[in-house]
Amino acid sequence: MTGPYLAYTYAVALDSEGLRHVVATLPGVAASQVHLVQSTSGGAVVAAVSPVPAAEFDEAALRRHLEELPWLEEVARAHHHVIEEIAARTTVLPLRLATVYLDDDRVRAVLDERQDAFLDRLARLAGRLEWGVKLYVDAAAAPPPPPPADLGPGRAYLRHRRVEQDLRQDGYRAARTAAERIDAAARLHAVDHVRHRVQQGDLASEPGANVTNDAYLVPVEQAEAFRAAVIRSTDGLPGVRVAVTGPWAPYSFAAPEQEEESAP
Amino acid sequence: MKAADSLPANPGASLPQRQVALIDLLDRLLGSGVVLTGDIVLSIADIDLVRISLRALIVSVSGQHPAPWVSGAPHPPTLP
Repeated sequence: MTGPYLAYTYAVALDSEGLRHVVATLPGVAASQVHLVQSTSGGAVVAAVSPVPAAEFDEAALRRHLEELPWLEEVARAHHHVIEEIAARTTVLPLRLATVYLDDDRVRAVLDERQDAFLDRLARLAGRLEWGVKLYVDAAAAPPPPPPADLGPGRAYLRHRRVEQDLRQDGYRAARTAAERIDAAARLHAVDHVRHRVQQGDLASEPGANVTNDAYLVPVEQAEAFRAAVIRSTDGLPGVRVAVTGPWAPYSFAAPEQEEESAP
Repeated sequence: MKAADSLPANPGASLPQRQVALIDLLDRLLGSGVVLTGDIVLSIADIDLVRISLRALIVSVSGQHPAPWVSGAPHPPTLP
């Protein structure tokens, strides 16, 4: 049995002075009002929750909606906004999109049951933020030189293809060098690393071919050094580009163990 | 406002507001960050299914690319 509303749950966080005020003014997904749920014991861990219409967020509706890009984007951005606002004030464990409970009591039960595990994870994330690092190989780093005029069309084509392949190979070699430099920077400054799938498809709008898509957990005081080293990683390497995103709340490091195995 | 509001309870207080790329956000909101499995929604396996079909959708919008993760395997790194 489900009521007319479900409890959409954004994050588990360390309670902090002022958090309640901030959350009270936050719009959540589906224009709902966010509030904090405490554990029964009133412990240090709280969850950010808002009531959402069951008609839109029950299992059948979610299955349908998650395939609709405009709906997905709206919910994702609203979810993200709540996470950012909380992350600006306290340590946060972001939950996966569309984590929905029957009601606040169920959320409270989960807080009661998992409080110690949450505290452990929150302690590990305190004072650390996530940075995204993506490497791209530029498909057309330098236009291939025109073939000599005396080649026939067939040989000219083959020559052209070979030059293109060489350029791409150069790009991948450069990307590997950049990746090694980033790895060295990460050894100095980052405390954890997660590899996401490379980005492809219509939403991957940046130019070039994405060859790595990684997230690093970096202590706040080392963020600048890490970022600078990552940006320098492509110095002197033609045909490869690095894009840094962040800082993010530690989305990629919220789960105690990584679900997605690092690529070999 | 109480004094604690102005103290950096977490140095993350500097997270700037900005429009992030949807694809970067979805990597994080769908690809990671599970701490809990909700009630109603979807066992872990179901969420994976959603993710897979969603990814397929995102790719299929662009037409020709096969979705290499449909098998459930992580996309192989393309570095040589």
